[in-house]
Amino acid sequence: MDWLTDHKLPLGDWMEAFVDWLTWNAAGFFDAIAISLEWVILSLVDVFLWFPSWALIALVAAMAWALHRKLSLTIFTVAALLLILNMGYWTEMVQTLVLVLTATSLSVLIGIPVGILAAHKRWVYTLLRPILDLMQTIPTFVYLIPTLVLFGLGVVPGLISTIIFAIAAPIRLTYLGISRVPEELLEAGKAFGASNSKLLYKVELPAAMPSIMAGVTQCIMLSLSMVVIAALVGADGLGKPVIRALNTVNISQGFEAGLAIVLVAIILDRICKKPGSKEEI
Amino acid sequence: MAAVEIKDLDVVFGNNQAQTLSLIDQGLSRQEILEKTGDVVGVQGASLSVNEGEICVLMGLSGSGKSSLLRAVNGLNQVSRGSLEVQDGDARVDLANCNAQTLRHLRSKRISMVFQKFALMPWLSVVDNVAFGLEMQNVGKKERRRRALEKLEMVGLSEWQDKFPHELSGGMQQRVGLARAFTMDSDILLMDEPFSALDPLIRAQLQDELIELQERMKKTILFVSHDLDEALKIGSHIAIMESARIIQHGKPEDIVLNPSNAYVEDFVAHTNPLNVLRGRSLMTDVSDMALSNNSLTLNARENSQVQLESGRPISATRGEVALAVTPWNESESLDKVAENMLMVTTPEVSMRNAIELRYRSGQPVLLAEDNKVVGMLSDRDFYHALLGKHFTQDSNSEADAA
Repeated sequence: MDWLTDHKLPLGDWMEAFVDWLTWNAAGFFDAIAISLEWVILSLVDVFLWFPSWALIALVAAMAWALHRKLSLTIFTVAALLLILNMGYWTEMVQTLVLVLTATSLSVLIGIPVGILAAHKRWVYTLLRPILDLMQTIPTFVYLIPTLVLFGLGVVPGLISTIIFAIAAPIRLTYLGISRVPEELLEAGKAFGASNSKLLYKVELPAAMPSIMAGVTQCIMLSLSMVVIAALVGADGLGKPVIRALNTVNISQGFEAGLAIVLVAIILDRICKKPGSKEEI
Repeated sequence: MAAVEIKDLDVVFGNNQAQTLSLIDQGLSRQEILEKTGDVVGVQGASLSVNEGEICVLMGLSGSGKSSLLRAVNGLNQVSRGSLEVQDGDARVDLANCNAQTLRHLRSKRISMVFQKFALMPWLSVVDNVAFGLEMQNVGKKERRRRALEKLEMVGLSEWQDKFPHELSGGMQQRVGLARAFTMDSDILLMDEPFSALDPLIRAQLQDELIELQERMKKTILFVSHDLDEALKIGSHIAIMESARIIQHGKPEDIVLNPSNAYVEDFVAHTNPLNVLRGRSLMTDVSDMALSNNSLTLNARENSQVQLESGRPISATRGEVALAVTPWNESESLDKVAENMLMVTTPEVSMRNAIELRYRSGQPVLLAEDNKVVGMLSDRDFYHALLGKHFTQDSNSEADAA
C-alpha cells in the first residue's frame, strides 16, 4: 500500500498544466469574452439603475399582472420589492437580477438548440449525457478556480460558473420534450406534407413547449442559487453582503441579505411559472 | 382508371432488408424471418388496384399488415420492394423511388390521412387544426381560415371552431380529423381505423356521414378496418389481409358469398349479411322449381301456385285464396305491402328488404327480371343466409319441396 501512496498520480497537476496552457495560448480569446460579457452586464445594470426604483417596481408588477391576472401575486410583488428597497439592497438586487437574466438567456440560447440536436441525433445525446452529469455534480467551487484563472476576478467568472451549472436544465428538458412528442403527431405532420423545418417549428417545438418552459424556469432558479458562489469570485449582487456577513459574523446583515435573495427567488418563480399549469400551487 | 396501383409490394421494418427479402423469396414465414434477421415483415407480395372514386377497405386482424400497407401509400412506411404508383394529375408517381420533394407534393396535394387516435395538435384550436395542412403549404392565414371553416361546416362543427381538441368528444375530434383531411382537397384519402376508438353508436353515425360525404365528394378512399361489418357497410371493394398478405380482394358480396379460405369464412360467419347480400345470390332458381302447365309451385305443402304467361307472373293462389301479384321496387315504401300479396321484385333487392317483403306479405318473394320470373326467396333461403350456409356447397336446389 505504501507503494501506492508514494507514487501518486499527478491528476491535479495535469489539469493545472492544461489550464496553464489555456491561459498562455488562448488568453486573448478569454479576455475578449470577459471584456464583452462584463460590458454587457455592467451596461444592463446601469440601464436598470437609471430607472427610478418606483418605475421598475411598477414594471415588474405590471408584468406579474399581465401574465397571471392575479391580484395577490401583484400585491406581493410590489410589497416584496418595497421591502428590499427599504432594507437598502436595491442596487445589489438589480445586479443579481441582471446576472440571473444574462446567465439564463445565454443558457437558453445555447441549451435549446443543443437539446433539439440531442433529441434528433442519438450519438449527440450519448456524448452529452456524461458531460451534463459532470457539470451538475462536480462541486461548483472546483470549477470556480479555473474560470477565475481564465477570466480574471469579477462578474464574468461568476456568470460562466452559473451557466455551467444551470445550462443542463434547458438542455435536458428540451431533449425530453422533443423526444417525447407523440409519434402520431409527427406522423400527422409528415402526412400533411410538413418539411423538416416545419415539422420542428409547427409540431415538435409547440408540443415540447411545456417541457422547454419548465427548463427555462428551472434554469432561472438554478442561476439564482449561484449568486452567493458568484460573489466569492467578485460578482456584485446580493451574494456580496451574505459573504461579508459570514466573514464578520454579522447576523442581522446575513438575515436581511438572505431574505432579499429569497424574495427575489419567489418573485421570479411565481412570475415565470406558466399560468394555469399544475405546478402552480 | 386506377388511382392507386400496387404491384408485388413488400414492406419490411428493420435493418437487414436485403437478407429479409431473399428469405421471403425462399418462402420462410414471418416468424422465422423475425428470428433469423430481427426484421418484421409488414407487407409481403401485395398487389392491389384501387380505382378512382372507390372505397377500398383493407380488412384484417391486428398485425395482419393492413396499416403497414396503408402507410406505404403516403410514404410513412418505405417500400422495400415492388411498386406503388399513385396517380398525380396526368402523371404517375412510384412511391418506391420518389424524392423527398415529390413525396411532400403528394402528401400536400394528392393524399390526406385520417388517424385512428385523431392525432390533432392539442395546442391548436379546432379551426387551426383543420387548417394545419394548409399551414404546412404556407397558405396565408385568411385563406387558410376560410377554407378550414368551409370544411368544418361540412362536418357540422362550425360552432366549435375556437375550442381546443380536448374540449371535444371523441366523435367530434374525429370529425375535426376528417375536416382536416378534406381541407387539403386531395383526391385520395387514407383512413387508418378512423372509427375504431369511438363508441358503437357514434361509429355507426360517422360511417353513415362518411358514406353521405363520399356521394358528394367522390374521393378515392383507402380505409383500414378490423371489423368486417364496417368493411361491408362502407366498402365498394374489400381486400382481406392475413399475416402480411392480401388473401382475397373483391366486392363485398363476393367476399361474403365466396370466402377464399377458412380464415375469411370465419370472418364472414360472424357478420350480419342483411345489408350485403342481394336476392340473386340467395334465391332458389326458377329452373329448380316445379313447373307444370305454366303453373309454378311456390310451396307444395300450402299449395301456393303462380300462373305464368311467357315467364311473366299473372295471378297466384294459395290453396283456395287468391294472392294479389304486386310489383315492388326499392324506392317504394314497404307500407303498401299487405297480407295475401305476392310481391314481385328485382333480383338486386337487398336481403333486408326481401325479408321485410316476406314478413309483411306472409308469402315467398318472387324475383323477376325483364318481365320473367328468375327465382324465388323462401324462408329456407333466408335461413341459409343468416346461418352462413350460403357459401357452403349444399345447394338450395331442393327448395321448398318438403
